[in-house]
Amino acid sequence: MRQLTKGNVAVVKGALLAGCGAYYGYPITPASEIAEAAALYLPQVGGVFLQAESEVAAINMVYGAASAGVRAMTASSGPGVSLMQEGMSYLAGAELPCVVVDVVRGGPGLGNIAPEQSDYFALVKGGGHGCYRNLVLAPASAQEMADLTRLAFDLADRYRNPAVVLTDGFIGQMMEPVDLDATVAVPEAKPWAVAGTAETRKNLISSIFLEPDLLEAHVRKLEAKYLEAERLEARHEVYRGEDADTLVVGYGIVSRVLRSAVEQARKAGAAVGLFRPISLWPFPKEALVAAASRCRRVLVVELSTGQMVEDVRLALNGTVPVELLGRVGGNVPSVEEILDRLLPVGAAAR
Amino acid sequence: MLSKSDVFYDRYERKAELQHQTHYCPGCGHGIAHKLLAEAIHDLGAKDSTIFVSPVGCSVFAYYYFDVGNVQAAHGRTPAVATALKRSCPGSLVIGYQGDGDLAAIGTAEILHAANRGEAISIFFVNNAIYGMTGGQMAPTTLVGQTSTTTPWGRRPANEGYPIHVAELLATLEAPAYIERVSLHDGKNIMKARKAIRKALDIQRAGAGFTFVEILSPCPTIWKMTPVEAQRWVEEKLLPVFPLGILRDRRPAIAADGGPPRKPMAEVLGLTRDAAGAIPASGAGAAVQPVTVKVAGFGGQGVLLLGQMLAEIGLREGMEVSWLPSYGPEMRSGSAHCHVCIAGERIGSPLISNPDVLIAMNELSLRKFAPHVRAGGLILYNQDALPAGFDAAAARVVCVPASRIADDLGAARAANAVLLGALQAETATFGAEVALSVLVAAIRNPSLHELNRKAFQAGRSFAAERTAAA
Ligand code: SF4
Repeated sequence: MRQLTKGNVAVVKGALLAGCGAYYGYPITPASEIAEAAALYLPQVGGVFLQAESEVAAINMVYGAASAGVRAMTASSGPGVSLMQEGMSYLAGAELPCVVVDVVRGGPGLGNIAPEQSDYFALVKGGGHGCYRNLVLAPASAQEMADLTRLAFDLADRYRNPAVVLTDGFIGQMMEPVDLDATVAVPEAKPWAVAGTAETRKNLISSIFLEPDLLEAHVRKLEAKYLEAERLEARHEVYRGEDADTLVVGYGIVSRVLRSAVEQARKAGAAVGLFRPISLWPFPKEALVAAASRCRRVLVVELSTGQMVEDVRLALNGTVPVELLGRVGGNVPSVEEILDRLLPVGAAAR
Repeated sequence: MLSKSDVFYDRYERKAELQHQTHYCPGCGHGIAHKLLAEAIHDLGAKDSTIFVSPVGCSVFAYYYFDVGNVQAAHGRTPAVATALKRSCPGSLVIGYQGDGDLAAIGTAEILHAANRGEAISIFFVNNAIYGMTGGQMAPTTLVGQTSTTTPWGRRPANEGYPIHVAELLATLEAPAYIERVSLHDGKNIMKARKAIRKALDIQRAGAGFTFVEILSPCPTIWKMTPVEAQRWVEEKLLPVFPLGILRDRRPAIAADGGPPRKPMAEVLGLTRDAAGAIPASGAGAAVQPVTVKVAGFGGQGVLLLGQMLAEIGLREGMEVSWLPSYGPEMRSGSAHCHVCIAGERIGSPLISNPDVLIAMNELSLRKFAPHVRAGGLILYNQDALPAGFDAAAARVVCVPASRIADDLGAARAANAVLLGALQAETATFGAEVALSVLVAAIRNPSLHELNRKAFQAGRSFAAERTAAA
């Protein structure tokens, strides 16, 4: 049944259907509706909701719940996510699955509560200490807020690693039809968990390896998982890419604006296609290379001064000129602003 | 005096070397505290159900020794980790073991709040007034005048403040069930500590709330003393500052309330509701025309709700829809607007630069957004007439004094319903029946339904009469 649902609420509905049993969080605009929806829904289906004393406590509670083998999540925005980064490093180090949602707002510092995509570096490239990765998904609709949150739980379990839903204030705040059916996932058993039972008594959750050789072996083991994820988990979408000579690249809310821009540009006779990364880590490099192979120009649009553009440039490795259109502070480039960059002066049909 | 409990591993195989002995220094209080804990777990028969949370500090490797479920936590976060472990495994015995840096410095927020929530966990706080693992830096419990590597002239209250009394601090809270401070400086006190540790675990087992035992403990290595000197130092120096005794013993500390009622998942997700009294959609997109609408006005005028209702109408008629609220600084300044797209196919940008329709509920919004309305588009303005000298350029303007009409009906807040009616009559992009059903479903208070129906009809009539007169 399609229901008009706010993106942030859809996150929680997706989590419930993923069998999420615990939410530990701390309020922050523009992510608070996620905590509010979790507070409303989770206890009604036997799950745990707790408002923690800080984001630091919240992520460590997630660590505790994940240690016990429960599907657990938290959500926040920029400043709160910065505080969670130490805990995320511990989760990755201790090989614990969890889902963290970042509804990105303007930064740095307190910034503002308007949407940005400026936490890309912090979550896609790391942010916490040590050699680890987050699996990062970027929804572009309320429906995907539910679907990708659900997928994030599966990926987190599969790789025993934090999975991040990286979204922005627009996708979090907008309402769209969301179609769900009430089939709840039954997560696979976690024989490694510490659950206060005879079967799990011998288990240990830890990220400390004092001996250099042991730590190196552990980090190599993590690395092997990340290499496998790079092979298997890259996701993307191409729109009107077949005959494109110009490729626009964007994720989240930007990909929505770009889709409209592509439609307009096509009406004006320009062969423009859209490449939308759905997973930001692993970054869909190969698909991007393929999509850009016939293009003479690539335009990256993002709500930052240039973060994802680095991955686009790395992937294309100088084969195609890559331009950036970045806006920050809560400003989203309009379709017209993008067309101005794509089309010769005066070509856009107004 | 204390036998080796079966809760200890026979050989400490998680340890790299010297697997028959602990890594603690001779005369260290941790060894004694561990024995007391292992014994208590054994006597409770709780070996299988225990989850032990190790901190960061000298006891970071407590999991080498305890043959129970083990979780190692980040510095200071043991109470947070233990909170979630206990809530995930309510039948388990969750033990948090922390030193003075871990608990009383970096982890003050976590211990205070876990205690304040009355989490049914037991925290054992080993206080030796110094940082051991990192080599002798000041702890929050370091005594006034005590030297450390970071207080080379002794702890000076003028620079570092005073030692923190954690047990007393936690005893100011309502929720804890049991708080006691004990010491390991002699046999008699070790027996008291043994009793306190058992009591804490017993209380947790009974589900009676948060338990906390502060354990004054010798650290001969960092204090640069023999084990015997260290015991004497505890007695002579620590005890006067940290007096022993029970600070809280009260059960049940918090009455259980059972929590909110359980419901089936489908009901929680709203998948079973018959769409809150919705009428079935009238057909696959036939009754609604694609349209983009911007609704703008003051907060409190129902701007966002009007937009949501338009989106819901489109949805019920089988269309693709999106609703996006104004975002950013405006949210705090009292004005609000939203973008609504109703389309026959997948919607690209939910942000509308040039809407087909602008519903301007105040003059500010009219002036701000009217110039962007698509040529040939429509503006509904919530007044009897346009402001003097205002030029709506290429759009058609219909003035609907919705606030006045709603006021006359007795509810100024129904102005958005008047405008919904006027828009329906003016554009016929959607049907009156579906609009009314969405309107009624959107108003939570049933006593306002009739009034909003009237407001909607009044809006329709106003627009219809206006058209007839023109
Ligand atoms: S440094 Fe002190 S606290 Fe640490 S193991 Fe040695 S005696 Fe015990």
